[in-house]
Amino acid sequence: MDMESIRELQAYGYAFASVFFALIFYGYIYHLYTSKKKGGKDYEKYAKMALDDSLESSPIEKVEPTKKDKEEQ
Amino acid sequence: MQSSSMINYDYSVAKLFAFATIILGIVGMLIGVLIAFQMAYPELNNLAGEYGTFGRLRPLHTDSVIFGFLVSGIFSTWYYVGQRVLKVSMAESPFLMALGKIHFVLYLLVVAAVVVSLLLGITTSKEYAEFEWPIDIGIVVIWVMWGMSIFGLIGIRREKTLYISVWYYIATFLGVAMLYLFNNMEVPTYFASGGYGDWWHSVSMYAGTNDAMVQWWYGHNAVAFVFTVPIIAMIYYFLPKESGQPIFSYKLSLLSFWGLMFVYLWAGGHHLLYSTVPDWVQTMGSIFSIVLILPSWGSAINMLLTMKGEWQQLKENPLIKFMVLASTFYMFSTLEGPIQAIKSVNALAHFTDWIPGHVHDGTLGWVGFMIIAALLHMTPRMFKKELYSKKLMESQFWIQTTGIVLYFSSMWIAGITQGMMWRATDQYGNLAYSFIDTVNVLHPYYTIRGVGGLLYLAGFIMFAYNFYKTITAGRVIEEEPRSASPMAA
Repeated sequence: MDMESIRELQAYGYAFASVFFALIFYGYIYHLYTSKKKGGKDYEKYAKMALDDSLESSPIEKVEPTKKDKEEQ
Repeated sequence: MQSSSMINYDYSVAKLFAFATIILGIVGMLIGVLIAFQMAYPELNNLAGEYGTFGRLRPLHTDSVIFGFLVSGIFSTWYYVGQRVLKVSMAESPFLMALGKIHFVLYLLVVAAVVVSLLLGITTSKEYAEFEWPIDIGIVVIWVMWGMSIFGLIGIRREKTLYISVWYYIATFLGVAMLYLFNNMEVPTYFASGGYGDWWHSVSMYAGTNDAMVQWWYGHNAVAFVFTVPIIAMIYYFLPKESGQPIFSYKLSLLSFWGLMFVYLWAGGHHLLYSTVPDWVQTMGSIFSIVLILPSWGSAINMLLTMKGEWQQLKENPLIKFMVLASTFYMFSTLEGPIQAIKSVNALAHFTDWIPGHVHDGTLGWVGFMIIAALLHMTPRMFKKELYSKKLMESQFWIQTTGIVLYFSSMWIAGITQGMMWRATDQYGNLAYSFIDTVNVLHPYYTIRGVGGLLYLAGFIMFAYNFYKTITAGRVIEEEPRSASPMAA
């Protein structure tokens, strides 16, 4: 392949990557900021994890015991 | 998993690494002050024969503050924060407890090997990666043990979702693992040559420009994954906890995380502008450095906005002072870095004193202040004692801040003066100044830099004294404070 073709491919790759990653980036922002409204996750509740971090306090989302744990119990 | 009602968080390993942070911090900063004064007064190179020269001590300074002070600070805060946000105690797992203690002992052994080998002049000559191959293997073992500790604790957690700080600690672990392995690919010459030379000696597996590219991919990302990522992990836990305010926007913290992860890895090329690396690598390094402002400021603004409506705490609580100034210095140095990475600015700034100036307003202001604040927050909770002296912390804050300002302002002036003098030509195109002309002009600024460093060290010793007195003479506290750390006047 000659140098000119390589340069052309690079340019297409660069343009594609720019658009692709920009879309992913804005898509992620859209997801984060609309998730709660759509009945999905409320991301802000996780901020409480630092404030309420005593071993006695209940977790925000508890780890569900696995099948093996249940069997052991 | 046991019930949590009978157990408490176990800070044994966090305490051990906290002691290491303070001791190695004093050592590293002391050497830093000495070599700063050596730049101003070269006769100070002759204090201890070959062992006291700038060439021997400079890597010892950088490595003891980075891999000593900073990395033990990272480990100490991990063993503290990890348990708390995952809501699981290390005491619940004898394996993780033993692993943590062995992790600490091996870490100390490797630190000792680093100090001895660097003082003897045994080095690979790669900046921030000076350790020879046997030490590299030790470092890999330590790092793997830390990884086992992180994922082990995650494995037995009660809290399902990983708090943002945990993501940053994981990124530190993975980032450094990848960078360290690739940059330290080396050929032990003794074994490869059939017995020539010293057994510990090695050469890089990469040659020439490729070696430079890998080195600065590593070098700049050491800044990313040691100076930035774990410190953000700390501030996202300690600032909300100390102020009693949740993070301003948890969503922004996630967005900045992924932004930082994606962008940082491509910026290393800016260390090699106007060198023999391909032009596109240099341009990419410049552009990604500018883009880096976005995720960096995303985190920094998020930290500052966390204090929204609670700014009176800045006046009342010295720990908040340290953390707010740390995030301000983070904003400052993440703007300064991209400016230096612009090709036309770099043409002036490269190889000048502006570069160590930039590094130190990040490390002293952002990294140092955050680790100090983290340790001050942890101390009353780990030792169940009230902090010994608020006044001492206040004085320390102002002494160290003055030190940082003297450091970076002198290096700005020195750097820009140096750059301008190197470029100056007479009417025939001949260089207007020789190297010694610049040295003569820069002498006062080197002295000011040394004084700045000395002030920072003095403040750090005050911090160490406060820490020691808290443990030995602090008033016992019955109940753990929910937010602001208790302190005696």
